[in-house]
Amino acid sequence: MIKLEGIQKSYGLGKQKLHVLKGLDITIDKGEFVSIMGSSGSGKSTLLNILGILDKYDDGNYFLADTLIKNLSEKKAAYYRNRFLGFVFQSFNLLAFKNATENVALPLYYQKVSRRKRNDIALEYLDMVGLKDWATHMPSELSGGQKQRVAIARALISDPKVILADEPTGALDTKTSYDVMEIFKRVNDAGKTIVVVTHEHDIAAMTKRNIVLKDGFVVDEIMKSSELEVGSIES
Amino acid sequence: MFDIDKWQEIFFTMKQNKLRSFITAFNVAWGIFILIILMGFGSGFQHGVEFQFNDDATNSLWIRAGETSKPYKGIKPGKRIQFTNQDYEAIKKLDGIEYITGRYYVPGEFTVRYKDNLSFFNVRSCHPDHKYIEKTLITSGRYLNDTDIKERRKVTVIGEKVVEVLFGRVNPIGTYIDVNGIQYKVVGTFKDEGNEFEQKVIYIPISTAQIAYGGGNKIHNLIVTAANATEVESKMLEADIISYLSGKHNFDPTDKKAVRIFNGVVNFMRFMNLFAGIRFFLFIVGVFTLIAGVVGVSNIMLIVVKERTKEVGVRKALGATPNSIIGLFLQESMFITLTAGYVGLVAGFIFIDSGSLSAMMESFSFPMDFFKRPEVSLKGAVIATLVLAVFGSLAGYFPARKAAKVEPIEALKDE
Repeated sequence: MIKLEGIQKSYGLGKQKLHVLKGLDITIDKGEFVSIMGSSGSGKSTLLNILGILDKYDDGNYFLADTLIKNLSEKKAAYYRNRFLGFVFQSFNLLAFKNATENVALPLYYQKVSRRKRNDIALEYLDMVGLKDWATHMPSELSGGQKQRVAIARALISDPKVILADEPTGALDTKTSYDVMEIFKRVNDAGKTIVVVTHEHDIAAMTKRNIVLKDGFVVDEIMKSSELEVGSIES
Repeated sequence: MFDIDKWQEIFFTMKQNKLRSFITAFNVAWGIFILIILMGFGSGFQHGVEFQFNDDATNSLWIRAGETSKPYKGIKPGKRIQFTNQDYEAIKKLDGIEYITGRYYVPGEFTVRYKDNLSFFNVRSCHPDHKYIEKTLITSGRYLNDTDIKERRKVTVIGEKVVEVLFGRVNPIGTYIDVNGIQYKVVGTFKDEGNEFEQKVIYIPISTAQIAYGGGNKIHNLIVTAANATEVESKMLEADIISYLSGKHNFDPTDKKAVRIFNGVVNFMRFMNLFAGIRFFLFIVGVFTLIAGVVGVSNIMLIVVKERTKEVGVRKALGATPNSIIGLFLQESMFITLTAGYVGLVAGFIFIDSGSLSAMMESFSFPMDFFKRPEVSLKGAVIATLVLAVFGSLAGYFPARKAAKVEPIEALKDE
């Protein structure tokens, strides 16, 4: 589903140049539930940006669902983000002036689905994350866990190839975090590919595969508790 | 345009900052209001000037005799030129002359009496064509005619003010009035759109005046009109007249003091150009006022874009194209500009049409003869609307473009 070949990325120019990703090769198959870990500066955010088609890379190839994601126009990038990817953010990023249903329906708005139809679909997905009764509530009336569930429903509504979650439990307490991970697990069980970026090893432990980054390389694909301790303290 | 989600967002952001939205909208409304008012001022001034010219035909040439200032064919300078009936007849035959009249001055105010009523009025003697040149409007009876001239009849056409003073409600037509001891039969009454003085005049045939007041065949000045002459044509006519007169009265045709011609066409054009210029200037001032308002909208939209950077990032991450982001912000600024602009437009029209503008000018004790019927034409309204639409889109475009350039990674940044 995701195939990275020798991905390189650096920021800045000349002496200030910062080589962040130094040739990543990662393959994630369909239906995998992967966590990406690493300390701050390890390049995991940069990797997430590239996976999410939010940023460009300098060298290598990135295939998403067998489509080469390289040198895309803004419009094309927007199209692929909309069709292939579902995002879940640490700070939920719900639009304050839209109710739960409208927030969930937003990706379909950009697919030019009619208002009535996308709101109907949104309601189904809200039901799926157990928030049907909250459909008309505004984000300010929802708890953190509820907001993140709305965000997950929003990520799922376009039936994307991959769900990308950036520290999805970063703003939640432990219990709520586990609830959210439970939903991810269910979604994964239904066959969806999920990539979670996190620095919390208990969260990473709930995924089926861990990829650990350090200094722009994949250092391990098996969790090492010592490194994770360091990572969690640094970030 | 009829996308409920976009409107929902527009109203949401406007509601979030009620005062800000109001001030922004007010800026634009005020700008367009001032633009409309200034356009009204421009037309008011122009109509005022046109009114000033209403007194006399604007295509007239006033020919006055003077004294020579240059020696010519052995005659020393200082010779007085005197027009006669012959000059009248000769100039009448020149090409391009539409109407012509002479005037024989009967100086001073005359005691004019009807029965027991007595007052003082000016007597003016002229030819029948004088009616067209002075724009005399006959209100009853008739004007002087050729027979009056030929038979030197003692008839008179009197102004409405004269009627008012001497006759009151009595019908003056057919009655006789006594002008310094001479009885004249009233054959007509008139009004004149010029100033009040023109309504207090008594017209008599020039031939009658020449006899009654010892003028022989003398004429003091000649006035002609030049039909639809352009500035150039009127100047050619001027040259023809000088050429004739210099031959007839023996003076140097380049002698500016022998015969003076006041060219109404040139004068009228000069004034019209001046006021067209003032009008344009006022329009530009209005447009700049509007620009100030629109820059305000642009400014506010930039702040809105900055505030919503994160949101734009999220939208982009969810698949919003740059065009959809531009549309979002453009629609908001267009909405503010056009709605507020429309309010200003209507307010401006109401202010002008209700007469408030004229009342305001009057309260500043502005001479109202120079400010008439301020109005903004349909064309003016269309121009104002177009200006508004253009500025509205410009105001929104730059902030919108800035929004479209927001990187989607903004969505991942935490506050």
